[in-house]
Amino acid sequence: MLGSDLATIWAFLIATAVFLYAALDGFDLGVGILFPFAKDRHERDQMQAAIAPVWDGNETWLVLGGGGLFAAFPKAYGALMPAFYLPIFLMLLALIFRGVAFEFRHHGRKSGKKWWTVAFSAGSIVAAAAQGMVLGAFIQGVNVVDGEFVGGPLDWLTPFTLLVSAALVAGYALLGAAWLVYKTQGELFERARAWVKQLALIVALAMGAVSLGTLGVDPRVTYRWGLTMTSIDWGTFIYVAPLPIAAGTLCFLLWRGADLRQHLQPYLYSVLLFLVGYIGLAISLWPYIVPFAMTPAEAAAADNALALLLWGAIPMLPIILGYTAYVYWLFRAKVSDEATYH
Amino acid sequence: MEFDALLLSRLQFAFTIGFHIIFPAFTIGLASFLAVLEGLWLTTKKPVFRNLYLFWVKIFALSFGMGVVSGVVMSYQFGTNWSVFSAQVGSVIGPLLGYEVLTAFFLEASFLGIMLFGWKKVGEKLHFFSTCTVAVGTLISAFWILAANSWMQTPQGFAHAADGTMIATDFAQVIFNPSLPSRFAHMVLAAFLTTAMVVAGASAFALLTKKAIAESRTALRMSVLMMALVAPLQVVVGHESGVVAHEYQPAKVAAMEGWWETKAQQPTLLFGWPDQDAETTHAAIGIPGMGSWIVAGDADAVVKGLDAFAPEDRPPVWITFWAFRVMVGMGFLMVGLGLWGAAVWLLKRLDTATLYHRALVLAAPAGFIAVLAGWISAEVGRQPWVVYGVLRTADAVSPVPAGSVATSLIFFMVVYAIVFSAGALYILRLISKGPDTDEDPPKQTSEPPGSPLGTGVKSAATKEG
Ligand code: HDD
Ligand code: HEM
Ligand code: HEM
Repeated sequence: MLGSDLATIWAFLIATAVFLYAALDGFDLGVGILFPFAKDRHERDQMQAAIAPVWDGNETWLVLGGGGLFAAFPKAYGALMPAFYLPIFLMLLALIFRGVAFEFRHHGRKSGKKWWTVAFSAGSIVAAAAQGMVLGAFIQGVNVVDGEFVGGPLDWLTPFTLLVSAALVAGYALLGAAWLVYKTQGELFERARAWVKQLALIVALAMGAVSLGTLGVDPRVTYRWGLTMTSIDWGTFIYVAPLPIAAGTLCFLLWRGADLRQHLQPYLYSVLLFLVGYIGLAISLWPYIVPFAMTPAEAAAADNALALLLWGAIPMLPIILGYTAYVYWLFRAKVSDEATYH
Repeated sequence: MEFDALLLSRLQFAFTIGFHIIFPAFTIGLASFLAVLEGLWLTTKKPVFRNLYLFWVKIFALSFGMGVVSGVVMSYQFGTNWSVFSAQVGSVIGPLLGYEVLTAFFLEASFLGIMLFGWKKVGEKLHFFSTCTVAVGTLISAFWILAANSWMQTPQGFAHAADGTMIATDFAQVIFNPSLPSRFAHMVLAAFLTTAMVVAGASAFALLTKKAIAESRTALRMSVLMMALVAPLQVVVGHESGVVAHEYQPAKVAAMEGWWETKAQQPTLLFGWPDQDAETTHAAIGIPGMGSWIVAGDADAVVKGLDAFAPEDRPPVWITFWAFRVMVGMGFLMVGLGLWGAAVWLLKRLDTATLYHRALVLAAPAGFIAVLAGWISAEVGRQPWVVYGVLRTADAVSPVPAGSVATSLIFFMVVYAIVFSAGALYILRLISKGPDTDEDPPKQTSEPPGSPLGTGVKSAATKEG
């Protein structure tokens, strides 16, 4: 196989891992984001029980995303990570707090429990916000010369990254709310339905704002979409127009699904909504793996490394997806009222 | 010493990996211990094994959680702080880390969910299978990460590409590099010993305070058996590590042993104060000839000292020397405690040997100390290289400003201090409460009736059925 083919395959696989990460860990970060809005401790216990058996597996997609980037595109990894040093570090710290809080909340006594409840929720919010900043900074492009990051430590911080960050927090909250609709019953189920409705609206607006913002990032993006500030090139735009239409439809379906008391559908719609946004992003940034500086072929590891990795991924990814699905199936029941540990 | 991005990144890496390794060192052994306990419960149906399982699995959950979050930090640090290293060696060790995620991390993380939350939900067999899977997952994970680290210690099977980065010429050689077998064996045994020391300490404590007697006696026997068998084996494997290191990294062994001159009849120093500037070891007390004999099998063999290396190629000697001594000291301590335990066991006094129990409680952290000291001597001893003989640590660091690294380092220290204290507190609380038991609560305790501890034991005893 040609090196450039391998690089393309790996770019696709890593993009898939990152998407699965967002769709899966997104909902458990989202549940943490919604923690402050729960009624009482009992409700928060149920919310946490709805994600406790699966969060670690979900977070592993982040390790695969980062580790995969290191393994398959070491030059991209080497150029991007120093550029995002501070937001990545913020994300890691936040993930530490929310990760240990799963266990620690059960062991803390009164004040300890309160502290770990706050840590869980703040950790989830900050992790989501930091990931949004990394995403925004990624879209915005990175200052790379000769494969090395040459910008300053705060280059990533712009109004655009803050906008993306807020949008991602809202998006994860939507996933979390939809997951709770699927996993809970009674009062919490009703509350989660209301959250889904509100968040569907907020996310629709946020996606619109981020899309417009992305168009302003680089002329290549506007060109790709057939849009400029003043005119529309219908010949180009017609091909990509289904995406915004699909996004709008999904937001409506989400709202209606919550209204009709559907259980699993809202979560699936919100994942599809993420997928639409993700495809839109891919259209804007293709073919860059470090936006506007490096393509997958330029950043790729040696061919034999990519091939070796692929030989591992071909059997392992289906196996991983298989047992992940199995674990989800085992824990498919709604969280029972006396949400218990172990 | 200038606090530049390089030094700060090194401190940060050493601090975060030092924090991380504490948990794998414990969870690798504990996962296997749990698999054995559950297997015994399923085959014998003796409630002690179930009670022990349900007790240690709680401690496992806490430690594993801390291991996971600190591990995620590590996997991003290669990029944030060592981006030049990442770009240089990504094509060689990247696939190894990729395989670790694909073959180990997902396995551990997914089946952990069943292990921790499936006790009442899934069948016994599936639950046991999940415990075993997690245990195997931790060992697979250790294999890949140690393959990567061992390649950095004893690199082979690679070449330089046109753009100056390294590429593998033979992945079998990269993975099965010369120091992998001994390092993997040494680390897995280290993890088993670390767990054995903690289990022994906790069980001895429970016996001293007369809690869960049946459970604690069983766990004490299991851990003492492990100690007595594995500690001597660890000395042999550690020696093999030393022989390998002597062949491929002679400067490291010279630093571990405090040898400055190349000569025959190198001593084994029991004590000494290495002085890098004066190029000598002050106050050295040792056994002449034993060093040459250990590494080369012949007291008259000429063995390289640090004078065989240019000063800029020498590792920091004092740290390497003392870390090595601490590890070996802990190793012999474990051998001693294993023998002592075997002796009182043979005399049928294992359950009543309170002096021995006290010693075990004191020695409970010995494994952690040995693991940290072992890694410090292995890693500091490899300096100034990050890939031995090929890439210097100083050339591997990211182009990030010192301010960013200082900020992250300070925050890591604060956050890890909080997380570690809370985690240690919760684990110690569980240990001081002891396992649930099916026996009647002991009649004579020093606790007044109705004390929180007493009710805790009682409510715990009635909770599980
Ligand atoms: C000898 C064993 C060993 C060593 C040297 C390391 N680890 Fe580790 N790591 C494990 C053994 C382990 C484990 C046993 O698999 C863990 C420990 C925590 C846990 O309890 O699982 C784990 C967890 C763990 C995780 C989280 C996995 C998950 O999401 O479930 C990551 C990302 C890493 N590690 C990464 C690293 C990196 C980048 C290291 C080197 C710099 C490293 N580990 C050293
Ligand atoms: C898990 C146990 C480990 C411990 C306790 C440990 C400890 C250390 C210490 C103390 C240093 C600093 C040495 C110095 O700068 O003088 C260091 C350096 C380093 N280690 Fe390890 N190490 C471990 C495993 C690993 C593994 C598995 C890898 C890679 C796969 C690794 C990669 C490195 C790198 C890249 C450096 C150079 C950076 C530096 O000098 O700080 N280490 N390690
Ligand atoms: C008394 C007997 C022991 C001897 C002779 C010994 C020897 C060694 C040597 C020579 C190394 C360096 C290997 C290298 O850098 O390539 C090493 C590393 C290490 N030792 Fe030991 N050791 C002993 C006991 C222990 C014990 C009891 C533990 C833990 C319970 C332990 C844990 C470690 C660890 C974690 C490392 C770093 C990983 C590695 O490089 O293998 N050692 N040991």
